[in-house]
Order: sequence, then C-alpha cells, then structure tokens
Amino acid sequence: MEPVPSREIADMRGAAALPRKNGELIFDEAWQGRIFGMTVAMSHEACFAWREFQSHLIDEIAHAEREGETSSYYERWLRAFEQLLADKGLLDDGALAERTREFESGRRDDVF
Amino acid sequence: MSGAHDEHGHHHREPESVLSLRVRALESLLVEKKLVSSEAVDRLVSAYEQDIGPHNGAKVVARAWVDPAYRARLLADGTAAIEELGFGGVDLRVVENTAGLHNLVVCTLCSCYPHALIGLPPVWYKSFEYRSRAVREPRVVLREFGLDLPETTEIRIWDSSAELRYLVLPERPAGTERLSEAELAALVTRDAMIGVAAVKPPAVGR
Repeated sequence: MEPVPSREIADMRGAAALPRKNGELIFDEAWQGRIFGMTVAMSHEACFAWREFQSHLIDEIAHAEREGETSSYYERWLRAFEQLLADKGLLDDGALAERTREFESGRRDDVF
Repeated sequence: MSGAHDEHGHHHREPESVLSLRVRALESLLVEKKLVSSEAVDRLVSAYEQDIGPHNGAKVVARAWVDPAYRARLLADGTAAIEELGFGGVDLRVVENTAGLHNLVVCTLCSCYPHALIGLPPVWYKSFEYRSRAVREPRVVLREFGLDLPETTEIRIWDSSAELRYLVLPERPAGTERLSEAELAALVTRDAMIGVAAVKPPAVGR
C-alpha cells in the first residue's frame, strides 16, 4: 500500500515549513530527500512523535539564525534529527563519525 | 550542482559532499539497527513528492487540452473522467475557463480540496481571509494573486464541500500547439487549477 502523506508533516508552518515550489516539495540534492524520508519513516514507526522532531527542528533553525549561519533548511533538519536520535539513545555520535569516515574513504559503499 | 570539467573537457564525478556522506552513513546505521528500511524511505519520499504536488491534476488538464472528447467527458462528469486516468476517491466537478469566464474555487466552510489531484492545499487556501474575501471581492483577490482580469470577464465562484470538490480547467496558453501532452502538463500549476492564476506559456522561445 502506498503511504499517505501526513498533514501534520506537510502542513508545518512558520520557520519549520517544508521548502516548496508550486506546492511541491523541493529537494535540492538527493541526500535532502533521504533525510526527509528517514525522519518521516521513523515517526511512522513511532520511534518518536512528529511534534518532538518538529520542536527540535524549530530549535535548530532558531539557533542557526541567531548564529547568523548560512546553512540550508535540510542541513538544520539533519542536525535536529541527529540530536533527537541521540536524545532517544538511538544513535551513537562516535559510530556515526566512524561510519561517515568509512564512506568517505571508500572502505564502505552500501547501495541503497 | 555545477558540472566539473578538467582541461581535456572530460567529466569528473564530483566528490560527494560532506553532508551527503553523513546522510549515507546515517541511513546505513539506521538500516543496520532495523530502525528504517531503505525501501520505506524510497516509498515515502516518492509519496510526498507525488501526492503533495499537483501532478495528477496537471495530467487531467493536459489530457483535456489535447483530446476534445476527453474534455467533454471531463466537463460532463468529472468523477468518471478522472477515474479513466486512474485517479479517484473524490466526487469532482470540473469547471472550464474561457475567454469571457473565469472560475475560482474556494471552500468557505473549511478547506475541502481535491487532494488526489492537486496535492495538499496551500496555507492561504485555508485562511479565513481567502475563504471570506474570495466570495466577497474575487476580482480584488485575483488581482492580488497577480491575475488582472478585464472587467468584462465574468467570475464564477465554486464553493467546495465534503460532498463535491471543484477543479478549474484553465485555458490552454497560446503558442503551445506543438507541445506534447507531457510538456503541457508541466505548465499546469496548482494555482491555475484553483483558479487564482492563468497557465503561462513556456518561457523559452518567446
């Protein structure tokens, strides 16, 4: 069965609102779609409530604005997601850094 | 992304960005922990890309533009005509814009909207301001959307409800005779199918 988009996610307002053009979501780069999809998938699986993620996202955006960062919306999303996973004990920062190095060096190249 | 060339003109595979690598690593870890599956992520991204956008409605409009018999069926029975293209789940009436007539859709009570065809409604569609002013002063509202209609053009307002949704069949822009159905569909916007915009001809070659 095709998943049905959630209004709670699609209709986020204010700074957290999803970037769109002509009503469609915009992912400037492929990884932005992946991180969006992972976050939505985990909320569907009840790993966390969407509003928990949304509040992390709003905090990250506010933080980035305060610091005058030029980071993109999905960069902030990524940080919010990592923070939420860490809070929930679902992600070990060290493991992520190590896995990133493995991909960078080409030692690992999973196909998704 | 900019294409990188070396002095011989060969294409390089651009080095993957730090963020892209990090997201790959994250996905790899989460898949390993069985917290997500890559197939589920694929399906979700595609569902949000497709269902949130106005693709399906645009296909209906483009078909009506190229196929007069389909257009007639669409205007006579919208619900049945969209089912022909595999879209459904909504009772639909399609209203056609012509040179002297412009249609505008609103839901004065809440935010009834043909999601299956044009995705999720924009925030303004649900606003009290739009819901009240579209009926009271449609010409002014349309002008604010950038659509300045001649005084001689009649404007009809259609109030969507839970029982019946409306979709505007916009006018096919001039100069698009050579375009394929798919190229035409790409011109059709959500706003044009709500009735707050006209479909613009392609920018190139004008």
